[in-house]
Amino acid sequence: MSEAIVASQAPGTDLASVPGASGARQFWRRLRTQRAALVAAGVVALLVLLALAAPLLTAIEGQDPTTYHPSLIDSARGGVPVGSFGGVSGDHWLGVEPQTGRDLFARLVYGARVSLGVALGATVVQVLVGVVVGVAAALGNRWIDQLLSRITDIFVAMPLMIMSLALLAIVPSSFPRPLLVAFVIGLIAWGNTAKIVRAQTLTLKGLDYVSAARLSGWNTWRIARRELLPGLAAPVITYAALLVPMNISAEAALSFLGVGVKPPTPSWGQMLTAANVWYQAAPQYLLLPAGALLVTVLALTVLGDGVRTALDPRAASRLRVGTGRKREAKADADSKKATADADSKKATADASAKMAATEADSKKATADASAKKEAEA
Amino acid sequence: MSGFGGFVLRRAVGTVITLLAISVIVYVVFYATPGNVAQITCGPRCSPEQVHQVAQQLRLDDPLYVRYWHFLQGILVGQDFSTGTSVEHCSAPCLGLSYQGDTQVTQLILAKLPVSLSLVFGAMVLWLILGVGTGILSAWRRGRLTERVLTGITLAGVATPVFVIGLVLMIVVCGQLQLLPFPQYVGLTDDPEQWAWNLLLPWLSLALIEAAAFARLTRAAMLETLAEDHIRTFRAYGVGERSIIGRHALRGAFAPIIALNANNVGSAVGGAVLTETLFGLPGIGQELVHAVNVVDLPVVVGMVLVIGFFVVIANAVADVLYAVADRRVVLV
Repeated sequence: MSEAIVASQAPGTDLASVPGASGARQFWRRLRTQRAALVAAGVVALLVLLALAAPLLTAIEGQDPTTYHPSLIDSARGGVPVGSFGGVSGDHWLGVEPQTGRDLFARLVYGARVSLGVALGATVVQVLVGVVVGVAAALGNRWIDQLLSRITDIFVAMPLMIMSLALLAIVPSSFPRPLLVAFVIGLIAWGNTAKIVRAQTLTLKGLDYVSAARLSGWNTWRIARRELLPGLAAPVITYAALLVPMNISAEAALSFLGVGVKPPTPSWGQMLTAANVWYQAAPQYLLLPAGALLVTVLALTVLGDGVRTALDPRAASRLRVGTGRKREAKADADSKKATADADSKKATADASAKMAATEADSKKATADASAKKEAEA
Repeated sequence: MSGFGGFVLRRAVGTVITLLAISVIVYVVFYATPGNVAQITCGPRCSPEQVHQVAQQLRLDDPLYVRYWHFLQGILVGQDFSTGTSVEHCSAPCLGLSYQGDTQVTQLILAKLPVSLSLVFGAMVLWLILGVGTGILSAWRRGRLTERVLTGITLAGVATPVFVIGLVLMIVVCGQLQLLPFPQYVGLTDDPEQWAWNLLLPWLSLALIEAAAFARLTRAAMLETLAEDHIRTFRAYGVGERSIIGRHALRGAFAPIIALNANNVGSAVGGAVLTETLFGLPGIGQELVHAVNVVDLPVVVGMVLVIGFFVVIANAVADVLYAVADRRVVLV
């Protein structure tokens, strides 16, 4: 399939993916118009703040996440905290852990550091590996492309949970655990990023301004760095925004299974495992980590959706859901909603459906590319 | 070679190569890692003699490729193991011996497989019905309150980790309301009614998450089809809305649903590990977590390979089905 033909068919005329200051300004303008994304961004900012300020906050509370408080535990009742609501008091804002009496607020905010830190680290690894492999496959000769694409396929097919679970078993426990979890998740689940990057690079490669650079005698490395990477920013940022919540879930799942972040480092997944035993006697012990996890993942997902809509407004004009003349006017209003549909499709496709993903991405890539082409012209 | 037959054949060859590549990667990663493999395999409490014996059993003195070759031979034609005094034959497909219970990994997996298959396939039926149904409903009621509510619910569903929803379901349904007993696996052949009854909650927790992704995909694919010219033509001919949604728009959603379903087998297996651990179901997932915790390498490697096998096969089948469902797919 010739990229040039596809590019000329692509309907997008938007300049959203044009790099530079105006692109960034447009991005913010578009993000601001989405109420849900704004709320989500606020929640995420608050969570990041909580995580960063964890030592300060616990210092104000006067607690730390690892000290045992046996005096706050009612051993006669099987180890539940003394007092109502799981021992909530001025000293322990969210109560204490059953059995050990460790401060729940401290564990929750320190757990946020682990959750967000591991997820961000894993995302950085995924993006780095994905971009390197994707660009190399797109720019290399036929054999390099074949080899890298097949390797990518294998990594796309590998179930993240199973592989990371197994890999975490064989690494010596002396290795810093959060760092290890981030690396394992990142090094297994980079396949989809590489596929997206490859598709986008192939499209960009066929564009006039890249050909011009090649004809001017630029070497491949310089072309990749100066001409291709800026064009890759939009799809990579979009996908990375969706990877973060997935990685948070993955870390929590691994810690829940007891192979992720190990005690005494607090983690939400671990807290859930422990809470599994205590749900009747101390229900808030379960609700805290579960709620924190839900809010975080949901906020990041909504924000990721918003980022994509802001970077890819072309989708807004692509879908017309009107059913006739009478609805023509309504269709315009609907098209905004349709954006979300196209997006949600892209999200699921990107994330999992292999073929659908390649299709959607190459479509998107070509559309972005054609937008760029017009900008160049 | 060209045409559909050639496509299937090429896909089959590609699948075999992928499986081989995965087995090499998995074997090398697990048996070429730094650290004393014999010590890890044997466990921390092994005496030096036991460690030495394990090293001999694993043929650790041989180069890695020779050991891999033996491993591959074991899978294809079977293998003999000397367990000190006697020789134990492990028939094909042999995945080695577990060092915790001295059982054959293949037997171990076969014993646990029915539980995991019951879980995943039951959940798959549920998530297809729930997900596609929700997707159709929101495409049909597009622009109305129903759609907005459903969109919100599915977004939350996509974002929720499977063990959180499982935990909440278990606590609310079994603990607080006591509608169901805590799940305890009963074999399908032993008592089908109890089997389904006990698996209901695990199915639901696994299916609800996956269903959300299907709902979003179905809705998006249907809306896209609804915007196409041939639908307008149908409308011009006076075809009813029910028929347009139920027959023509849904057809457009078939191919992506098939593709997503196969690709979700991998994530569903991952979800099954969590579900089994959470509900205490004695399936492959629970066994894998156990093997990981006691660093029983042969079991871990065997399970990873078996799961990888299922996922790769599912992907290949999906590619072929996708091509059947959507003739526009370029057969390369």
